[in-house]
Amino acid sequence: MKDQNPHKTTVSKLVLATLGMFLFGFLLVPLYDVFCDITGLNGKVSNTAYIEKEGFTVDPNRKVTVQFLTNTNANMNWLFEAEARSIQVHPGELSKVSFKVINPSLKRMTAQAVPSVSPSEGAEYLLKTQCFCFEQQELGAGASLQMTLLFRVDPNLPQHIKTLTLAYTLFDITDTRSVSSIAQLDPAKIRQPEPRGSADHIASTVPSIHVQDTILLAGGY
Amino acid sequence: MNDMTQPELMHGHHGPAQGITRWLYTTNHKDIGTLYLWFSFAMFLIGGCMALVIRSELFQPGLQLVQPEFFNQMTTMHGLIMVFGAVMPAFVGLANWMIPLMVGAPDMALPRMNNLGFWILPFAFAMLLSTLLMEGGGPNFGWTFYAPLSTTYAPPSVTFFIFSVHMMGISSIMGAINVIATILNMRAPGMTMMKMPLFVWTWLITAFLLIAVMPVLAGVITMMLMDIHFGTSFFDAGGGGDPVLFQHLFWFFGHPEVYIMILPAFGIISHIVPTFSRKRLFGYASMVYATASIALLSFVVWAHHMFTVGLPLAGELFFMYSTMLIAVPTGVKVFNWVSTMFRGAISFETPMLFAIGFIVLFTIGGFSGLMLAISPADFQYHDTYFVVAHFHYVLVPGAVFSIIAGAYYWLPKWTGHMYNERLGQWHFWLSMIGVNLTFFPMHFIGLAGMPRRIPDYALQFADFNMIASIGGFMFGFSQLLFLYIVIKCIKGGEKAEAKPWEGAEGLEWQVASPAPYHTFAQPPRID
Repeated sequence: MKDQNPHKTTVSKLVLATLGMFLFGFLLVPLYDVFCDITGLNGKVSNTAYIEKEGFTVDPNRKVTVQFLTNTNANMNWLFEAEARSIQVHPGELSKVSFKVINPSLKRMTAQAVPSVSPSEGAEYLLKTQCFCFEQQELGAGASLQMTLLFRVDPNLPQHIKTLTLAYTLFDITDTRSVSSIAQLDPAKIRQPEPRGSADHIASTVPSIHVQDTILLAGGY
Repeated sequence: MNDMTQPELMHGHHGPAQGITRWLYTTNHKDIGTLYLWFSFAMFLIGGCMALVIRSELFQPGLQLVQPEFFNQMTTMHGLIMVFGAVMPAFVGLANWMIPLMVGAPDMALPRMNNLGFWILPFAFAMLLSTLLMEGGGPNFGWTFYAPLSTTYAPPSVTFFIFSVHMMGISSIMGAINVIATILNMRAPGMTMMKMPLFVWTWLITAFLLIAVMPVLAGVITMMLMDIHFGTSFFDAGGGGDPVLFQHLFWFFGHPEVYIMILPAFGIISHIVPTFSRKRLFGYASMVYATASIALLSFVVWAHHMFTVGLPLAGELFFMYSTMLIAVPTGVKVFNWVSTMFRGAISFETPMLFAIGFIVLFTIGGFSGLMLAISPADFQYHDTYFVVAHFHYVLVPGAVFSIIAGAYYWLPKWTGHMYNERLGQWHFWLSMIGVNLTFFPMHFIGLAGMPRRIPDYALQFADFNMIASIGGFMFGFSQLLFLYIVIKCIKGGEKAEAKPWEGAEGLEWQVASPAPYHTFAQPPRID
């Protein structure tokens, strides 16, 4: 039959296109993150510690209010509070805020805090030198922990932004973590996207409150 | 590929095999088209019953008939079944029947894959429907299955849902590959691309859309599967993922998907309107280009479904304007249909009635779409019954009317008999009144603030909901009349000529009615 060959080429091209689009769907995941990182959209903030460069000139004439929100995700029963709900800072000055978590449950649990900044336009100007959100917190039953956040507001913050809100949501990742530690044993078996603020980020920060999680750090996935 | 010669050898000189094996093993495009059409009609009735459960519960405020959990399963399953089980397979069925006839080919390019593509579907939908009987119930997170509702908070049956959607996706992709291979490689000598009938053109573009976005849907549900069972965190913020990512990925598939459900409809209407206006289609080339532009634009408008998730201003503006841009090629199409009818010798047989109903009501749905595209206004409309009214206007009197119109238009060719015109007219008017009674009041209750996907509502919405429910039952039951008309037409009736419509043009009218089991063994010549 003479139209065998045209079908063969057409079909193989189309099958390739199908597979290509399937992969493209997965490629959209990192692309989406890259897009958000570049533009600072969606209030997504950089999850690597800000490395101090030149000393900032503190702008004493300007005051910015920084608010802190602490939420826990639906199934998370930890108590999570900032020592201050809001503070006033001069752009450029280094500020320190403490957060307290208590694990009131009867079992050992692991938590991950995920930050978000509002307005999203200001996200890239909130520079976190040190943050508990770069790592995971593991607490025994009834244990509590003081956690530190060190940050600066970039003096280049647009003039019309007078208030920045930094919201943390605390997630219970106890189960996820146990699965991911299994994944460590056989990385080929399960693909695990790298949680923000994992091994290599932590290495670049000075961990003041650092509940060492050897299983997770060792793998360096 | 050598096998391709086999069916010809086997069936070359006689009719179909007898009994059930005819349908199980068939590689004939007409048989498979028939299978697709009956399957889609069965799904249409099942999905319709679910819609009637929804409308019964909403007949009065308060909870009367079903529990909220079951109500959520009904809205979810109704959407999934109508989109993937009724509308899409109906168009694939029409493509199977008509595309080889329209391009003068003896069959589809890949007859065995065609058989497989169809027979996957009954299993996929049996699996999907079986979730309703499972512990924890079926999918209850809406047909858009947003994470984390469909991952962290989903019933255990979600895994079956994921596998059934995978199977539907594979079936659609196989259908699309087949359509493209047929159209590109098997046209009769002399049929250049710009001589192809518009149904063929719109299906070619639809098939490319399917190949571009169904794999992305497959990717999304694979990510869900991994989040649920393998501890990944694509959509879980606690592990570094992002639930908004789900919406971006879903709508990257979802928006082209809604055009997948409407472009072939444009093709059908572009056949029917010229036939019953007894004029050539106005602006053939502009129809082709408009279809292609709609398809291309569909890839850059997805976030208009997500105006309220907190997009930056630049994003809101971009997606608002790009969405509004789609009104231009769509307007070209409506203009062309109206111009085709202008000063034509119009007669109003049932297919033409449904086609005119399509043009009028689809345009209303298009306009409410423009209203929704205005991002500041969308904050009020979002997730209200206004949205429900909008997409039902483009899908029911849009896609569904066009399928019904196409069925009436080609029934004489399929069965060799004329359908009962008088009953057809009844079917049209009952459907037309039913559809508008159902969906028009939803604009008002939506603007007044009634949210979608709820089993109960404030008293102020009671009257309009009651009207909508009455209309819903009227529309639903008038489809049984359609079933009766089709069966009656298959069993007998006035003998149809090869070309039963005076103004019809195209190769499909050159073969006898009913179309012989094998057609165009010798390709026709096109001048």
